[in-house]
Amino acid sequence: MKRWWPWALTAILVALCIVYYFIDATKTVSVLQFSLRYAIPLILAAMVGIICERSGVINIGIEGQMLMSAFAGFFGASITGSLVLGALIGVGTGMIMGAMLAVGAVTWKMDQIIAGTVINILATGLTSFFYAQGHMLPANMPTMEVPLLSSIPLVGPVFFINGPFAFAALIIVVVLQVMLFRTIWGLRTRSVGEKPSAADTSGINVQRTRFLNVTVAGALAGLAGAYLSLEAAGTFERGFTAGRGFTALAIMIFGAWNPIGALGAALFFGLAEGVASQLQADEVVAIPQQFTNMLPYVLTIVLLAIVSGRVKPPASVGKPYEKD
Amino acid sequence: MSTDLSQSDLGFSDPNPRRTTALWTRWQAVLIPIVSVVLALAVGGILIWLQGVNPFTAYKVLFTSALGTEAGLLRVMQKSTPLILTGLAVVVGLRAGLFNIGAQGQLVVGALGAAVAGYALHLPPVIHVIAAIAIGMVCGAIWSSIAGVLRAYRSVSEVITTIMLNAIALSLVDYLASKPLKEEGQPLSRTPEILDSARLPTFGVVPIGFVIAILVAIFFGWFLVRTTSGFRFNTVGLNANAARYAGIGVRGTIVLAMAVSGALAGMGGSIESLGVVGRFEPAFNAGLGFDGITIALLARANPMATIPAAILVGTLRAGANSLQFETGIQPEVVDVILALTLLFVAAPIVSRMIFRNRTKQRQLTSGWGV
Amino acid sequence: MSDREIALEAVGLTKRFPGVIANEDVNLTVRKGEIIALLGENGAGKSTLVKMIYGLYQPDEGEIRIKGERVRMTSPRDAIKRGIGMVHQHFQLVPVFTVAENVILGDEPQRTMFVNMKKATADVAEIAERYGLHVDVNARVEDLPVGAQQRVEILKALYRKADILIMDEPTAVLTPQETDELLTTMRSFADSGVSVVFITHKLREVLAIADTVVVLRSGRVVGTTTPAQTDQAGLAQMMVGRSVLLTVDREPAQPKEVVLEVRGLTANNDVGLPALRDVSFSVRAGEIVGIAGVEGNGQRELVESLTGLRSCSADTLDVRGTSALGRTPHAIHAMGVGHVPEDREKDGLVGPVLIADNMVLNRFDEPEFSSHGLRNRGAITALATRLVEQFDVRTPSISTPAESLSGGNKQKVVIARELAADPTLLIASQPTRGVDVGSIEFIHSQIVKARDAGAGVLLVSAELDEVLGLSDRILVMYDGRIVAELAGPDIDRARIGQLMAGMA
Repeated sequence: MKRWWPWALTAILVALCIVYYFIDATKTVSVLQFSLRYAIPLILAAMVGIICERSGVINIGIEGQMLMSAFAGFFGASITGSLVLGALIGVGTGMIMGAMLAVGAVTWKMDQIIAGTVINILATGLTSFFYAQGHMLPANMPTMEVPLLSSIPLVGPVFFINGPFAFAALIIVVVLQVMLFRTIWGLRTRSVGEKPSAADTSGINVQRTRFLNVTVAGALAGLAGAYLSLEAAGTFERGFTAGRGFTALAIMIFGAWNPIGALGAALFFGLAEGVASQLQADEVVAIPQQFTNMLPYVLTIVLLAIVSGRVKPPASVGKPYEKD
Repeated sequence: MSTDLSQSDLGFSDPNPRRTTALWTRWQAVLIPIVSVVLALAVGGILIWLQGVNPFTAYKVLFTSALGTEAGLLRVMQKSTPLILTGLAVVVGLRAGLFNIGAQGQLVVGALGAAVAGYALHLPPVIHVIAAIAIGMVCGAIWSSIAGVLRAYRSVSEVITTIMLNAIALSLVDYLASKPLKEEGQPLSRTPEILDSARLPTFGVVPIGFVIAILVAIFFGWFLVRTTSGFRFNTVGLNANAARYAGIGVRGTIVLAMAVSGALAGMGGSIESLGVVGRFEPAFNAGLGFDGITIALLARANPMATIPAAILVGTLRAGANSLQFETGIQPEVVDVILALTLLFVAAPIVSRMIFRNRTKQRQLTSGWGV
Repeated sequence: MSDREIALEAVGLTKRFPGVIANEDVNLTVRKGEIIALLGENGAGKSTLVKMIYGLYQPDEGEIRIKGERVRMTSPRDAIKRGIGMVHQHFQLVPVFTVAENVILGDEPQRTMFVNMKKATADVAEIAERYGLHVDVNARVEDLPVGAQQRVEILKALYRKADILIMDEPTAVLTPQETDELLTTMRSFADSGVSVVFITHKLREVLAIADTVVVLRSGRVVGTTTPAQTDQAGLAQMMVGRSVLLTVDREPAQPKEVVLEVRGLTANNDVGLPALRDVSFSVRAGEIVGIAGVEGNGQRELVESLTGLRSCSADTLDVRGTSALGRTPHAIHAMGVGHVPEDREKDGLVGPVLIADNMVLNRFDEPEFSSHGLRNRGAITALATRLVEQFDVRTPSISTPAESLSGGNKQKVVIARELAADPTLLIASQPTRGVDVGSIEFIHSQIVKARDAGAGVLLVSAELDEVLGLSDRILVMYDGRIVAELAGPDIDRARIGQLMAGMA
């Protein structure tokens, strides 16, 4: 990334955080914790988008995949009485939804945006219909702590005391970054997304690569959804995901289809949300609740408007591969 | 051989084009949606049966309560009206290669605008209605144009922006109806009631709004085929490069198409406010925007086909409450049925079953807005 | 040659696609260290044949034997394993990857699941050195010039230890000098034991380098010969089966007033680099001005600037005295400029739209075809019917979608449309690309007819023979400039080749 301004922006924000830490340590830490937790599902969902698009497939259905997984994870945990089983069910559901997109977009070569939209609408319908009141989680998700590192001022409590999903998400970002740019899988996946005919003539099975990648990416969407209902909120409501799947796409674009870049964008997003929430709670500025609700969506549009056209997506994204 | 200059089917292209005749395309266009609906109803029937209710009884209740009584028919027509219009909104967008998922937001903004015009303006009867609808349409058009301009001039995917704008619209009108534009002395968030001069009446059992919607659908069917502007929309949607070569301003067409789309959705909202509700109440509708997508795809992007598609969806929705009342089945079953209908219509499941040949899918939308 | 061992043998290969037999009963023998030219016009089946050898297609009948052993290849991987490499006409390289990444793709040196980039870079550099293919292995392919990109393609095959190298139209995008370099490289490959099978339609190259020539027509082998036994005319006759018009019959030009005047035209390409530098020329009514040059020297940007599809600056850009600078494509078209675009699928036609509508694609809002925003179906139908007949467009009706037409017929629709508007200036860019020979003759005669009717024609073509055959005056473009203007006796093929390559 040759652009200098993300680094400048990050430096400024970090400096501000440190300054505020000295002003009011507890509040700063709590805002940052809130921000990170808000960002986790966005991070995971952005990873889904990155894997799919780097393989050449547009995934508009992340929202629906997350929703179904949140639903399945929550009710799975509630009915079986086990958080672990619930999590597995959630991730598994995500993978099934991923496979659905893979079949539609790769095998049947549907218009990928319509395929994703179908998944969203299907998820909304099914979760609305099967929703039942009065379910509860068997227990709360445990919070884990990394021994020494959690004592570092400011950074420690934010990054190193979290639930298992959150830790998993951060680890996945690093793993994916390495995998995409240093492994054979990564090289071949990127070739499939940039120029599938070149990959094909090099002996790579384009359709199979796309199919598997999209399906496995669904598992990450499942993780995101399960995080929402099991770790973050501990509950499930209709329309639970509230557009995060689409915001994640904006984050993916803003991060230039790089996992680390997307992490940064997601954290920025979370920070904006955290600060706005805090400002409203403190009644520093008299903002009506509805405008705080709007913030993530407005921010998404603004981000996209700034960035679109300046970052290049994988060259063959969205085009089904036809051997001629 | 009659020279039919109508638009060829947008959904699929025959792998053996030399066999293509207008008749074959029409045949295919009607059969696939019908089979999809029947299949979806069947699967829905299974879900109903799993809940311990006889599916045939359930469907009988649903359809007779909707179509068998005068009150029911009225409800069907009232519900179908915004559905026709949001379906048209999506169709017009699709024709130009755009996927407008934000019809719901545009509808809501239009509904608020029309409701406010309904009580704030003082005009003679018919003129008041026309003005209020027009204002609602303008509101919807402005709302969708935000996405249209971003798409045309910054290549931002309209899929994401319209969904974001949906959510923003819902929050925005909620705020407006609860504070600045709120009816005084009432605990509920809603605008004051509209004046009588702004009401949309019914002729006997038929709401005027329904008639308006049908006329608009017919107009667009004609518009897309017979006018030069319609030709511009279609060409931009099918091949933006060739459109540029042909001298069509692609960016302007995109903005115009999104604006028209938003205006249509806004009209749907206006009619709701003026003809059904009589004011604006937030959260008076849910899911209408998504239904618009289902309707547009059921209609295979043909404006006039949105009428039967919308009536079908409207019937299902109108009968859902009675369904719950008499059999205990949740009204959300309709959401599932419609979602399945969309699945069967959009994915080549049904077409592969019926037509053994592998029809090639055509890309309806333009991906990431390049 | 017949004493060398046989590297590959194809016996009785047949391949059918819906509606067409691409190859029928084709036999081919490739010996070690031999250079074979596969000659034929578009659609003769050359590409299909080599794709079967490379495993991209599977033959319906017949077999392939490598060193005597019958093989069945279901994918390029099989072919690569057996020592067959392919250099494609349209490079199969990932633009954003480096040279090394492109070469190793699919056969990466690995450490568990990681790519061993150090070894990869070293290996690729070594092979490049060994075969004398100069290229920077760490450069991104999209930053390289075309000749270098082709070397990367070749490296890909050599990296996988190919001993049979298939090359598909390798000289299509090269200057005459780069072509000579390539032919020399091919000879050195052959000398070191690598067999080369190259597809071409350029008769001169065949005679210059091939050991054996195999001519295909309509999917069948119609002749196998050597350069010693034939000449260009003989090869051309085998290719098309009848004597071919190598020059276009026409009267001498009688140019009249100036219809296009260009002075100081400057424009950038898609990535912001200069593509046109201070270009100046003119075109008169009643003459055909041909622009010769290797593709990528600014011709596309020139055409786009003249037709309003690209922003540019100029001291003068006049059509019949009126400035066209900064105007929209629509306005320029209304000034009487017809444009046959280089890429008919992308710019010239809308596939799913009916032929009739395509016939008025850029005229749909003219008074003849519309009034008050309503389209005049009768007029459109009448015009389309007339043109389809006049230009012999093979189609069941004017209501079929344009995409159902063959390449040649599609091009006829585009040409018919532009000529029907009776243009003052006709700009034709690669007008016979991908078109069958019969249609080529027809299109050429139509262009000459337009010239005789008083239009000025600007012909841009990468096919030097086409430019030589049609033009009254030739301008040579190199690196965004007009480097020479030739007419009459000055028109000399060799000289033009040098100018195209930038020689003074």
